[in-house]
Amino acid sequence: MGESVTDVRSHIVGTTAVVYASDYLNKLTGERIERECKKQLDSGCRTLVIDFSDTGIVNSIAVSILLGIIDIAEKREARVVFSDVNDQTVQLFEMLGVIKHIVLAKDEQEALNLFPPPTQTQATSH
Amino acid sequence: MDRFAFIGLLKLPFFFMEANTQKLIHSFSALADLGQEIADSGDFIEMVRTSLHLLLGTIGIRRGAVVECLIHREETNTLALWGLGEEYKAHLIVNEIDREAFLGLSSGALRIESEVEPNSPLALFLARHREELAGQGIELIVPTIVRGAVTGLVLLGRKASDEAFTSEDIEVIRAMVRHIGVGIHTHRLLGEVKQRAEENERLYQDLRAIYRDTVRAFAAAIDVKDTYTQGHSERVGKYSEIIAREMGWGENEVEGIAIAGYLHDIGKLAVERKIINAPYRIDAKESSELNRHPAAGFDILSPIHHPYADIPLMAKYHHERLDGRGYPDGLTDTQIPIGAKIVALADSFDAMTTDRPYKTRRAFDSVIHDLRANTGKQFDVQVVTAFCRALLKELTGETKERKFLKMLGKNYLDAEKDAPLLRELLNELDPNTQAAAASGG
Repeated sequence: MGESVTDVRSHIVGTTAVVYASDYLNKLTGERIERECKKQLDSGCRTLVIDFSDTGIVNSIAVSILLGIIDIAEKREARVVFSDVNDQTVQLFEMLGVIKHIVLAKDEQEALNLFPPPTQTQATSH
Repeated sequence: MDRFAFIGLLKLPFFFMEANTQKLIHSFSALADLGQEIADSGDFIEMVRTSLHLLLGTIGIRRGAVVECLIHREETNTLALWGLGEEYKAHLIVNEIDREAFLGLSSGALRIESEVEPNSPLALFLARHREELAGQGIELIVPTIVRGAVTGLVLLGRKASDEAFTSEDIEVIRAMVRHIGVGIHTHRLLGEVKQRAEENERLYQDLRAIYRDTVRAFAAAIDVKDTYTQGHSERVGKYSEIIAREMGWGENEVEGIAIAGYLHDIGKLAVERKIINAPYRIDAKESSELNRHPAAGFDILSPIHHPYADIPLMAKYHHERLDGRGYPDGLTDTQIPIGAKIVALADSFDAMTTDRPYKTRRAFDSVIHDLRANTGKQFDVQVVTAFCRALLKELTGETKERKFLKMLGKNYLDAEKDAPLLRELLNELDPNTQAAAASGG
């Protein structure tokens, strides 16, 4: 797993892509995550885990972008899991109905355990 | 009741209101972001796209679009789409009747599955578009209204919660759509201002062209009066232009000096034709009459609002000399405008290099001799330097321009013979060149 200043951290476990959201999820960072998620879906991932462990604030634009990601995933019959989401953001997602379309996991490990065990781990940096 | 219990009671309503409060804070925050986005964004389409995201993310709506109602047309232009089919274009027909009907919407929003009065304009609008919009998951249409006019429509899909839109949702949506409407309206106004500015610029350029043509016509009229110096005014205009450009003047100033050159002798229109065309050296009285022409030119040109600065002064002072022996006012060096100094040299150079009734034109070495002798007395050193540099560039092929050669005729200049003369004069005039020569550079 790697990281660069401008891009999104992610790694793949089997057919699950784990994408890490930034500390402040806004238009810029939201669009980066959207691109990364699309790319992972295009490459055959069937589950998207978006990890919010670093995320303090999610603004309205990012909510819209996340709904877009969920939409795309649904069209491709892929599952979306949000992991390590703080209480405030969980309340926001509940209030806006986002929760209905995703699975919440306590952390990344729990998210990965929701699905069949990985056969191999491949690290990527984008 | 102790203090802590009291604070606990105060907190109680907030506990019950927490969800609503959070929603309110979320909406306010989004409205603030939206206001900033609309005020700051230089990219209109990106602004609309971001505004749509803000609106969708504030209410938790999965899909939507913003379409603009075109002025004087029934078609709409799609500005932003989110979550709709990739091929979907959202091309709607919104005629004047539809727009009036949207203006009259009491709730400010139209649910596409709502019961509307049969055969009403909104019923007809829905009949045209309901199937298409429903197919895209659109449930709500909110017009953007600015100053009593519908500028566009915001199309919104179902809430992610699958709950129905509440009246509070509609209020927040309307507030945000008003902002988007202002953004569209502002963009239109800016477009109109830009279009007007472009039209004005075109008109201004047309007027300048008319002005230049008129000036050329005047120059021709001046030269027609003087049968021996035909084309003189035009040549002085062109020489002046070359010198000013070589001196590093801006395009507008170069154009101005060319005009001054064309018009420098306009005062001759006030001088008797027989004096101008005398086939002999004129006497003192006639000379005095002829010497009135710069002042007469100033009088003719002063009442005109020229698009360039100091044209009348350049005409008035083109016979002044640095040593104060010129006319009409006997000005000295710094009192003479630089433009008049340029026209003066252009005028003299043309006089020396064209045939006159009483003498044939001088050979180029004689012209150089005259320039050398009179620089600092009659001519300004910077002007002569610029003139010589420009001419040398043509002679040596440093520039592809052939302006001097065209005006002087093919056989007048000889590059091999005349270029060294110019270099020699430049060495004498230009202290930088002298310094370079002295240091062997």
